[in-house]
Amino acid sequence: MTVPAVKLSGVRKSFGRLEVLRGINLEVWPGEVVCLIGPSGSGKSTLLRCINHLEKVDGGRVEVDGELVGYRRKGDKIYELKDREICSKRERIGMVFQQFNLFPHMTVLGNVIEAPVQLRKMTRRQAEAVGRELLARVGLADKESAYPRQLSGGQQQRVAIARALAMRPGLMLFDEPTSALDPELVGEVLNVMGDLARDGMTMIVVTHEMGFARQAADRVVFMDQGRIVEQGPPDEVLERPRHERTRAFLSRVL
Amino acid sequence: MVSTREQPAPDDVVAVPLRHPGRWVAAVIVLLLAAALISSLITNERFQWDVVGHYFFSAEILAGLWRTLWLTAVSMTIAVVLGVIIALMRLSPNPVLKGGANFYTWFFRGTPLLVQLIFLFNISALYPVMSVGLPFGPTLFDIPANDILTPTVVAIVGLSLNEAAYMAEIVRGGINSVDHGQTEAAQALGMRRSLVMRRIVLPQAIRVILPPTGNETISLLKYTSLISVIAMPELLYSAQVIYSRTYETIPLLLVASIWYLLVTSILTIGQTFLERKFSRGGRREDTAVLAGLIRNLRAHVPQARGRHA
Repeated sequence: MTVPAVKLSGVRKSFGRLEVLRGINLEVWPGEVVCLIGPSGSGKSTLLRCINHLEKVDGGRVEVDGELVGYRRKGDKIYELKDREICSKRERIGMVFQQFNLFPHMTVLGNVIEAPVQLRKMTRRQAEAVGRELLARVGLADKESAYPRQLSGGQQQRVAIARALAMRPGLMLFDEPTSALDPELVGEVLNVMGDLARDGMTMIVVTHEMGFARQAADRVVFMDQGRIVEQGPPDEVLERPRHERTRAFLSRVL
Repeated sequence: MVSTREQPAPDDVVAVPLRHPGRWVAAVIVLLLAAALISSLITNERFQWDVVGHYFFSAEILAGLWRTLWLTAVSMTIAVVLGVIIALMRLSPNPVLKGGANFYTWFFRGTPLLVQLIFLFNISALYPVMSVGLPFGPTLFDIPANDILTPTVVAIVGLSLNEAAYMAEIVRGGINSVDHGQTEAAQALGMRRSLVMRRIVLPQAIRVILPPTGNETISLLKYTSLISVIAMPELLYSAQVIYSRTYETIPLLLVASIWYLLVTSILTIGQTFLERKFSRGGRREDTAVLAGLIRNLRAHVPQARGRHA
């Protein structure tokens, strides 16, 4: 029996008095591409950030590959792990941010090889070979010695994807990866993500790109006010939504 | 512009810029004052330029200058290290660490450096014996305070503790200037907090930290003159020692002042260079220079993991 790549059970999270996640249950299977959609403030990004423990949950459990993330279980309580232990779990989870967050003081190749060199004890030469391969994969082989500022937003985001892939993650999290891009640059990033999905990467994508959800997603999850309202294959959720709130949301974005 | 030039001008119009007679008057006054100053420098024999020349390279003065220079360098180095630690404490989520750092900066910025130095110099009146042990617990060993707190130690400790409070604020500002997304991206890659700080945040913060640190170094150099009150023969005190013997007060103060001006001018040139390099908000050429600098430094450091193998 396969273990889910990601399993969320009863995940709760509040910022002060604001309840952002109100008991989320979700399983994502290896190789599956799941798109999280919903109005802003519905908790999609927070949910994503709980998966690699950038946000601490207030309750419930987050498991990746059958292991708790950020915590260990002892009796009926879970205890937060040390920074070092959390980091070793994060290595297996790649993340791509809305604002790219490339390291401006490093070249494109430097960005990609930084984590493998520091964390995987790879020699610089080995890491560079891997890095060049990844840059070729996102179509930026000729940009390795450029600095992030010299690139367009779409190119920067593709570098960010290559950087995340350099740690050979089994799971990729995308937090609105195209929302900060000029419209004409969205396509190149979505193409790279589509290639990744076809290669069998497990992906959770928070997005407003309904076209991408329809084409690449195995499942679409609609969230509103900290809860999962409905989920299913894209043609069901996007074409024949069962819930009124999903219908209202889709009529606004489509 | 081009099209108007091609058309024939209807009249030959000359634009007359506004005259500024006030500026001319002010400039003349400044020139007169400068002339007065120069003439007095030359004609007033009490400046005793021959005495200035006689002492300018004297062994006593040069020894004092040397003490001023190394005192600045040592104190600044300690202050930078301590400043980084205090800044990190201040950014810590732990309220005790944060409170301790706040108290430190509040205390050392809230009292004059001169008072701190005199206080430290007389601390043996408060703690005649320095002992190592646990609070309220057993004592491990004792040392008389006067054996530890020589003027040199007081000078270094006093200057660096005070300067660290200012450096902490500068470092904190630098760290805060780095977007939080940088930390998150590095953490998401699996980098530990210490590694994130060392590889991602501090190299970016240094752009913001370096220029004001140059300023602080120049200030600290001048503040070393306060050390004269605790009879450590730095530049000013060396001059004082001589004029208390010879009563040539003015020429010796001139000797000290000219040396201070010379050194601060050299430091200012260095600082201008640094500012030009680093303060322009991370233009890519500058970050490239910095990255190259760091790479060069790394190349000279023995590699623990055989990165260049």
